[in-house]
Amino acid sequence: MSPTKSDHKTDQYRRKFLAQSAAVAGLSIAPGIVLNQVAHAKADSDKASDTNRWGMLIDTNKCSKGCTDCVTACQDENGWGTGETHSSKEQQAQWIRKVTITDKQTGHVQSLPLMCQHCETAPCVDVCPTGASMQRKDGIVQVDKHICIGCRYCMMACPYKARSFIHEKLELQKATAPRGIGTVESCNMCAHRVDKDQNPACVEACSKAEHGAMIFGDLKDANSAISIELKKHGGEQIRADLGLNTGVRYQGL
Amino acid sequence: MMSLRQFAKHLVVLVGLTALPMISNAGDLGPVPPKAKTKASEKTECVEPISEMRKNHMSFLKHKRDETMREGVRTKTHSLTECIDCHVTPKKNGEFARIGDSEHFCSSCHNYAAVNVDCFDCHSDLPEGASNKLHSLNKKNPHHKELAANGSLTKETLNVLTEGDNK
Repeated sequence: MSPTKSDHKTDQYRRKFLAQSAAVAGLSIAPGIVLNQVAHAKADSDKASDTNRWGMLIDTNKCSKGCTDCVTACQDENGWGTGETHSSKEQQAQWIRKVTITDKQTGHVQSLPLMCQHCETAPCVDVCPTGASMQRKDGIVQVDKHICIGCRYCMMACPYKARSFIHEKLELQKATAPRGIGTVESCNMCAHRVDKDQNPACVEACSKAEHGAMIFGDLKDANSAISIELKKHGGEQIRADLGLNTGVRYQGL
Repeated sequence: MMSLRQFAKHLVVLVGLTALPMISNAGDLGPVPPKAKTKASEKTECVEPISEMRKNHMSFLKHKRDETMREGVRTKTHSLTECIDCHVTPKKNGEFARIGDSEHFCSSCHNYAAVNVDCFDCHSDLPEGASNKLHSLNKKNPHHKELAANGSLTKETLNVLTEGDNK
């Protein structure tokens, strides 16, 4: 395996060089025109890097009240929502859900998708006794089911109730989203799609439905659409008081 | 007194009789894993030499799983999905063997060696897309019926499921 390792290194250098030249080219296409984002094109052999921090910005004013397209898209992408025939509704997996909140004083009703908030200092990662609940270098929080023992401490620790436990034997899982009995699972921001430079399934569905309430992007890249929007209009964290520095931010709360 | 010729004749019969059970059991001497799909041929071997794979496939898989899961490396070599896609092939009757069935690539050896694998508690034991085929074959399985009743199956799958129902 050593030759592949060294190839890998060389490739990395090459890619870095290409990326840098691409960045220069991207910035100087024409005077006055600055590209928001140069496609960074992560190669399959590249590791998730701490030069990125993936995040999401959700505009609750754009989020349509009856619409559950993001939930359905997540189910289709990751294969949850069916197959748990012996579990009660409370037990069944839920990676993302639509929440409706009403302001009692004004009667203002808001609708928003709620999922793992991909905290920087994630309580689920903190409490995990095996290291299964983990954060990738690019900020994505997920469960390594290979070493998850199903103790569910993380479910207790999560302030957003974002995690589910699988109570029964599953089969015919998606190749990109293995899930099974005795392990905890949650939104992983579609890590398999992110690694291919695609948007998470929910974000894609939201823009497909022409709501455009969800933006996905790199919080560390000042020129990404999400960073520009956050700089311009700001974004709130749910339970900001906990100081978790979530990767998922909301507008209009 | 037996002539030399007679003795030789007896010897042949004796050797033949002793060898018979061995020959007839020859198929049981080891597992017979099904052949891989087109990607591997006489010229193209598996991702590693076969002897290496037989001995160390678990280490390759474990190394790869950590790289992919924890670090986001998405190369295909040594990925379980790729193994399944290439090695889990339909049986002669077109049906896919499931894990535990000795005709399933993994189980063919693992059953023989009595080594449990828990990969398939979470990972699918079939290539993606093969599940349609499976649904059509397991029409009477209440689990699949329920899936269909939930309206969560794609149109294509439903077509496969209901094909022949009106005949």
